[in-house]
Amino acid sequence: MIPSANIEGAPCSPAGNGRRLRLPAAILFALSVAAASAAAEGPVLPPPVTWAVDFDADIGPLLKAHCHACHGPAQQMQGLRLDRAADALKGGYAGPVLVPGDSARSKLVLMVAGAAEGKQRMPPAGEPLGPDEIGLLRAWIDQGARWPDGQGAAGAEEAAAAVRSHWAFQPVERPEPPNVSDSAWPRNEIDRFVLARLEGEQVEPSAEAPAATLIRRLSLDLTGLPPTPREVAAFASDPSPASYEDLVDRLLDSPHYAEKWARFWLDLARYADSDGFRGDNFRPHAWRYRHWVIEAFDRDMPFDRFTLEQIAGDLLPGGTVEQRVATGFHRNTPTNTEGGSDPEEWRFEQVVNRTNTVGTVWLGLTVGCAQCHDHKYDPLTQEEYYRLFAFFNDLEEVDIDAPLPGERGAYLAALPGYQSERRRLLQEHDVFERKPPWEKRVLWAAANPGESPEWDVTFDELRTYVNLGERIIRTPRDRRSARHEKALTDFFVREYKRVLSKAEYERLGYAELSERLAELDRSLPAFGEAQAVHLEERQRQTHVYLGGSYKAPGIAVEPGWPSWLPPATPGAGRLTRVDLARWLAARENPLAARVIVNRIWQEFFGRGLVGSSENFGSQGDRPSHPGLLDWLAAEFAGNGWSWKRLIKTVVMSAAYRQSSEVREDLESLDPANELIARQSRLRLPAELIRDSTLAVSGLLDTRIGGRSVRPPQPMGALRMGSADQDDWQVSQGPDRYRRGMYIQYQRMSPYPLLSTFDMPDTYESACRRGRTNTPLQALNLLNDPVFVEAAQALAVRAVTEFQGDLAARLRHVFRLCLARDPGPSEMDSLQSSWHRQRKILERAPESAEKLFALELPGVQRLNGAAWVTLSSALLNLDEFLTRE
Amino acid sequence: MNGPEYEGVLARRRFLSRCSGGLGVAALAHLLGLEGRTAEAPGPNPLAVRQPHFAPLATNAILIYQSGAPSQLDLFDPKPGLAKWEGRSLPASLTKDLKLAFIKPNATIMPSNRAFRPRGECGMEFSDWVPHIGGCADDICMIRTMHTEAFNHDPGALLLSTGVTQFGRPSVGSWVAYGLGSESRDLPGFVVLGSGKGPNAGSNIWSNGFLPSVYQGTRFRSVGDPILYVSNAEGITNELQRARLDTIRDLNQQRLERTGDAEIAARIASYELAFRMQIAVPRLLDFGSEPQRVLDSYGIGREPTHAYATNCLLARRMVEQGVRFVMLTHGDWDDHKELEKGHARNCEIVDRPTAALVQDLKQRGLLESTLVIWASEFGRTPMAQMDRQDEAPGRDHHPDCFSMWLAGGGTAAGRVVGATDEIGLKPVEDSVHVHDLQATLLHCLGFDHERLTYRHQGRDFRLTDVGGRVMGKLLA
Repeated sequence: MIPSANIEGAPCSPAGNGRRLRLPAAILFALSVAAASAAAEGPVLPPPVTWAVDFDADIGPLLKAHCHACHGPAQQMQGLRLDRAADALKGGYAGPVLVPGDSARSKLVLMVAGAAEGKQRMPPAGEPLGPDEIGLLRAWIDQGARWPDGQGAAGAEEAAAAVRSHWAFQPVERPEPPNVSDSAWPRNEIDRFVLARLEGEQVEPSAEAPAATLIRRLSLDLTGLPPTPREVAAFASDPSPASYEDLVDRLLDSPHYAEKWARFWLDLARYADSDGFRGDNFRPHAWRYRHWVIEAFDRDMPFDRFTLEQIAGDLLPGGTVEQRVATGFHRNTPTNTEGGSDPEEWRFEQVVNRTNTVGTVWLGLTVGCAQCHDHKYDPLTQEEYYRLFAFFNDLEEVDIDAPLPGERGAYLAALPGYQSERRRLLQEHDVFERKPPWEKRVLWAAANPGESPEWDVTFDELRTYVNLGERIIRTPRDRRSARHEKALTDFFVREYKRVLSKAEYERLGYAELSERLAELDRSLPAFGEAQAVHLEERQRQTHVYLGGSYKAPGIAVEPGWPSWLPPATPGAGRLTRVDLARWLAARENPLAARVIVNRIWQEFFGRGLVGSSENFGSQGDRPSHPGLLDWLAAEFAGNGWSWKRLIKTVVMSAAYRQSSEVREDLESLDPANELIARQSRLRLPAELIRDSTLAVSGLLDTRIGGRSVRPPQPMGALRMGSADQDDWQVSQGPDRYRRGMYIQYQRMSPYPLLSTFDMPDTYESACRRGRTNTPLQALNLLNDPVFVEAAQALAVRAVTEFQGDLAARLRHVFRLCLARDPGPSEMDSLQSSWHRQRKILERAPESAEKLFALELPGVQRLNGAAWVTLSSALLNLDEFLTRE
Repeated sequence: MNGPEYEGVLARRRFLSRCSGGLGVAALAHLLGLEGRTAEAPGPNPLAVRQPHFAPLATNAILIYQSGAPSQLDLFDPKPGLAKWEGRSLPASLTKDLKLAFIKPNATIMPSNRAFRPRGECGMEFSDWVPHIGGCADDICMIRTMHTEAFNHDPGALLLSTGVTQFGRPSVGSWVAYGLGSESRDLPGFVVLGSGKGPNAGSNIWSNGFLPSVYQGTRFRSVGDPILYVSNAEGITNELQRARLDTIRDLNQQRLERTGDAEIAARIASYELAFRMQIAVPRLLDFGSEPQRVLDSYGIGREPTHAYATNCLLARRMVEQGVRFVMLTHGDWDDHKELEKGHARNCEIVDRPTAALVQDLKQRGLLESTLVIWASEFGRTPMAQMDRQDEAPGRDHHPDCFSMWLAGGGTAAGRVVGATDEIGLKPVEDSVHVHDLQATLLHCLGFDHERLTYRHQGRDFRLTDVGGRVMGKLLA
């Protein structure tokens, strides 16, 4: 503990507002020294040796023994390489480490002596250098750091060659499909690749799945909705060889195809309807990006265009509003608006998130590791990471007007009246007089932090809560856009209370004014907005940030991509996001096409040809069928980057059509189904479980796109997660029954069904969903009122829609749910189960009344209630929750 | 008519009963819980009991997360020296490296109004706001020198619970559930109990991150169903529920025989566990068997303690039932203003029940094997925060130096670890990082924190990220 004498001191001259007193410097010094009593004594370096040092004999071996493991040919942590003269003299990301002639100022010496302030002694593991070794190093540096050239170069070349030879970085060349002995099985090229491998392993492919399984599989995979019994019957009874392809074409043309595949992309795009973090603010306009994705898939927008508009839609000459909406891709990052957070820190985190997302989505590389250090397993250096980062570093978030068709007229007609009423309200409350001096004072506080806490807080809140808040207040009033001026005025009216006494604030009536302005805003006809990005006015210099910290800029870097990937077409000047987007989806880029076709394959087979679909680097899995992967990649690029054509090719294959039954002969040979000797049974994702349930019960609202919806969830469910809100106004009317992909996604407290069934958390790009199997899922499907309501609706269908005796009705409902007929023993189970439940209900008439409240002519309540519990059982069957 | 579709059913039955390495009928029996709960074979059941790396000091843990950051200066770390600085700013040399959220470096010092006194045989000091916790002094290991990198709540809560300040990593409870499985046949292995305002970082602090979602914390709620959807739907009696489950099991079983897919067996097991939970949870919540004096000692049935006290008693009952990891949250302590009022209220809520939990565990001989941790994301500054002259002051966030305490589970009873400078601004002895606490917690549960890893995106991740030291001083 500090001896109290150290802290005593006569207060010295008053400063600031007179309440703050400062202490004499000597006492302060004593205090700070005492406070740091645990720290080592001042840096004392071992003395240099006194003889002439020979590099080869003394220094080379020393560096090799202690340094090269991390700063050598294989790895250059912190960008530092100590096996070649030129590199060593250049230094690392933090700058030079050698000052020839001055060893006491050479960082290398300070680091190995443990004398660099705030830095870990080097090497971090193993024996530290002894005083005599440090003495040798010092003498060598003091004597001019002479270094014979040419050493270590061979090792470097080898390392670089090893990187370049990694399979995923090789150009995609369209391979010829292999010859196979069984020429009857293959339906297209895919099958020749699959069969060649199977023949090599002497394994037979599985038989084609039954028609009923095929149509249910195709419907769920292509549209996310189950087929109707009528569709099943028509397909099963159509003997024509073209019926399968007709079905595929019909499903690809369905508007629900776009929904299903938009959801596929939204996982990658980490789409959510809220900010995340404390407060978890709702993003009322986020859905516009989702809508854009749906429309893009509906029109089958080619992948290169799709890439360009999302990455750089704001930079396209003559760009449309919709192209700017596409840049909402970059707005899906989580945002921290917690009071007191450092805006620069979170801006930096967002750029990191954007960089990592692009790395995952288009390159299939876990680039994030290189934020802090050179990538341990992959060739991406920290410098290359920040070159990618630089593309996004001068991107700025901006909310734009994006009216929907039909909105503009009504809005413009109402605008003059709105504006004059707003002006009147503001005038009435002296806003035009009071705001300018307030602005001036806020700017003063920004320049003089700590002088007036209430003004400091005002400035911090402005920066945090108003889009471009700091920029707006620093722009002269006459040069602000109407939108910006309005945002600042609204903020002023809301926050003026911070700098007034309560009495004064009440006298002004600003609380009421704030209410009335909000009310006035609500009276204005809707005028769509969207989240987009644009370039900052000022170009921002990017650095390598040491240790990944925004506070530790190292050397400067320019936008660019890894050197081991094909270079950009040489153009003039600094590369932009447009260049990046064109390069990402260029045919010469070996990664994007492979990475995307692999994920498409994963959707249809449950596993990618490269199992680690998020990682194509050296630590990722190698492809199970390299030729097939490349053939598909070439096919995708060669077919004008058409998603639909790629998808059609996959589902037309015999490989896709195989039965998913587990085969005894494959259990030990191929437990993970890498050989593709059968299809896989895949549990449906969260949204499709909801969609299927609503569809078969007849409740589903099939409208496409639009705003997010809020189906019922239990009271307090929202409060379980985030801080203090329970603000979930349940959607009314048909909106309650919309597809799962439209459920408002609050990052801090996701709708329970979604997280329980493994929807990704949306903080980062996700390219694979878990398929867990938990008791909470069972509780959700058994007891959630949403699913009980669906069971009730299905029961109503059972008793009203279908004719015949119990057996006939059971058969109908079973078909509706599972797209097939029940087998004889399944029929027995259904019948005895129905009777058993009816018998229980006889003894519990109040239960029957709650379960089946409807009065329907000719329907006994007990029968109806038995149908509810039986329907619920069907909707809980593994087969119902599974694409077989 | 279903001939072709039902071909091979018999063959499949034979296949299932024969295949011992994969999932056969024996495995199904295991999944259905028909075997003992100590079954060693991990099999396909991810919650099967597993052994840690070495013999553990503790088998269960209760992490009490006081969300929003209580002021260590007013509860656990007496600093009479603050009085001499009252109303003065600290010199720039001391404040230059501080991470302050709201106040500026020239904010003035505010002494504590609390009276501290030594408690127990060990003489550990506690303030008059926490007299009951003070009564546990001889069971507590107090750390006065915790530190963290985060100075905002969500990142702080994330670092404390997941080891990094960003979202997306598994929480400590999930790591423990992943490492140990579940001892309980009818309750989840990792349970979360909350009262007051929802905790910082929300559900992310009990997230499974990239671990399989069976390891996610199951949140017990204080409103409505204790576990979401654990009650039967309206009109469904237990008998109907059982009949419905029998139908599901019967038809799933037939599909299992047809397809041979082990996932179906796992689904049957999940539904059965769900049903057992439906029976077990109401029993857990039925305090009828607890003597009145126990309820009184916790403060159940009276305000303002009832909700928090209920969770404390539930935590003990869960530990008795084999729940591995209980996370208990309470908030919000974030008193940037009117700290006197806010903290007094929170202490009134948590002091008695927290102490009762420690004492109750001790009396039942459970404290030895149960690690209790009082934690927060950071502490509060010795400087006052006063955004308005007409409001009572509070304190800002202070990540450099704050207090947490441990009890039971092999930790050092009656010991104070770490010392802070005269004003509680910086540690002067034995600084303990959040990763060190996590490493020590895992050590108590029998894990080498560097070896409890999970491979994700080509890299092995662990709770302590790239840091963490087991702190011998915290152990008995």
